[in-house]
Amino acid sequence: MIQVRNLTKKFGDLTAVDDVSFEVASGEIFAFLGPNGAGKTTTIKMLTTLLSATSGTLTVDGLDPSKDATAVRQRIGIVFQDPSLDQELTARENMELHGVLYHVPRKLRRERTETLLKGFELWDRRDSFVKEFSGGMRRRLEIARGLLHTPRILFLDEPTLGLDPQSRNQLWTHVRLLNQSEGVTVFLTTHYMDEAERVAGRIAVIDHGKIVATGSPAELKSRTGKESLEEAFLALTGTAIREESVGAADRMRQMARMWRGRR
Amino acid sequence: MKVIYILWLRELKRYVRSKAQIIASLGQPLLYLLVLGFGLSPIFRKAGGGSYLQFVAPGVIAMTVLFSATFSGIAILWDRQFGFLKETLIAPVPRVQIMIGRTAGAATVAMLQGTLFALACLLVGFRPASWLAIPAGFAFLALIAAVFAAFGTTVGSSLKDMQGFQMVMNFLVMPLFFLSGALYPLDNLPKALAAVTRVDPLTYGIDGLRSTLIAQSHFSASLDAAVLIVLALILTGVGAWRFSKIEA
Repeated sequence: MIQVRNLTKKFGDLTAVDDVSFEVASGEIFAFLGPNGAGKTTTIKMLTTLLSATSGTLTVDGLDPSKDATAVRQRIGIVFQDPSLDQELTARENMELHGVLYHVPRKLRRERTETLLKGFELWDRRDSFVKEFSGGMRRRLEIARGLLHTPRILFLDEPTLGLDPQSRNQLWTHVRLLNQSEGVTVFLTTHYMDEAERVAGRIAVIDHGKIVATGSPAELKSRTGKESLEEAFLALTGTAIREESVGAADRMRQMARMWRGRR
Repeated sequence: MKVIYILWLRELKRYVRSKAQIIASLGQPLLYLLVLGFGLSPIFRKAGGGSYLQFVAPGVIAMTVLFSATFSGIAILWDRQFGFLKETLIAPVPRVQIMIGRTAGAATVAMLQGTLFALACLLVGFRPASWLAIPAGFAFLALIAAVFAAFGTTVGSSLKDMQGFQMVMNFLVMPLFFLSGALYPLDNLPKALAAVTRVDPLTYGIDGLRSTLIAQSHFSASLDAAVLIVLALILTGVGAWRFSKIEA
């Protein structure tokens, strides 16, 4: 479903992704783990047509994201680290808008919206504004929305960030269910090792832009001789803390706090 | 077409739902209209200009449209902030469709706001020279809205974050308003000011509104309309280009 060979991405002098190769089979749940700044999001951005690679090849469902961006976008669903819902619209309106943007015919749009909102336990709140939703509900709505156009692959970039254990548990239950019922391939990143261990069939560990290990959770544990995936992860990536510069998005967030309520 | 429509509809829904915002943004122009309209009326009349309220109302209507259209365009920044922009940028549709849907929505919202304020002007005592001129007046409202919605989209696509917003307000939008002849007649101006007013697009919008609503104009309605149409097309093109350059 996804093939990546010798993928490299440079930003000036910085090599964010360095000669990375991996494959994800159809119907698999694949976890991409790594410390902050390891290159996870950069790789996702290249797979989802948002960035072009410096060198190397990648195909998503047989297509090159840099050449067939529109066709790839139609085939994938993405849930970003940051929220991307319109809070001034209702849950159903958000779904409707997404359906139109992804050319889902009206009848199918209505049916899928109902099925998915019911599946994610949001149907009762379908006409509530998203701004009234809790963090967990918003996350579920984003995933439901990402699945509306029946994508072949679902990308989840740290989808459980900031959620309580109940919401996390429920979210992964839904994702696994969909993976089984719709056969959608899932590509996820997370910082919670227990989640990766529970959900993912296969894991790639990336650090400093390079893949340091690939395999099932059990394989990674036996290879490093550790009891838990968390220990195995630390053994593979070291215990040093990664510095990350404050990005434009964080600055925007601070400004927004000042401006909130003006609009 | 469906994509453009749904994004246009979104802008409208957001507008209609923000009732407090609608009322609040009528406050400032009302202040201009009432304080200046009645405050300067005696001296304006003495100078032979007739009723200043009549004169200033089209200018303040245009101001309402200018502010509303520019803000709605710049709302790209808010959408970037709250993440929704990304959802549209990664959709499998050409960027230009998204830009046009948004900009058309912004222009429609600005027109509604302008119309609402025009009704307020009528309540206060403003009377158009002829009721038959109302449709032509609407046409000028639409042109002003289109020009500045495209302008707002261009600016909103070019700014990275909120810091730039105050700059745009202070160094672009306010000068556009004050240098437009919204508050004063364009006849017998000092040379420098006359030159500047001629490059301000809002000048032509207001002149067009005055020529239709109170049958007074400095240029001619057809020149005003031509300038605005050309500018709306250029700015939509530039806005579409800037919008296509946004990195998701």
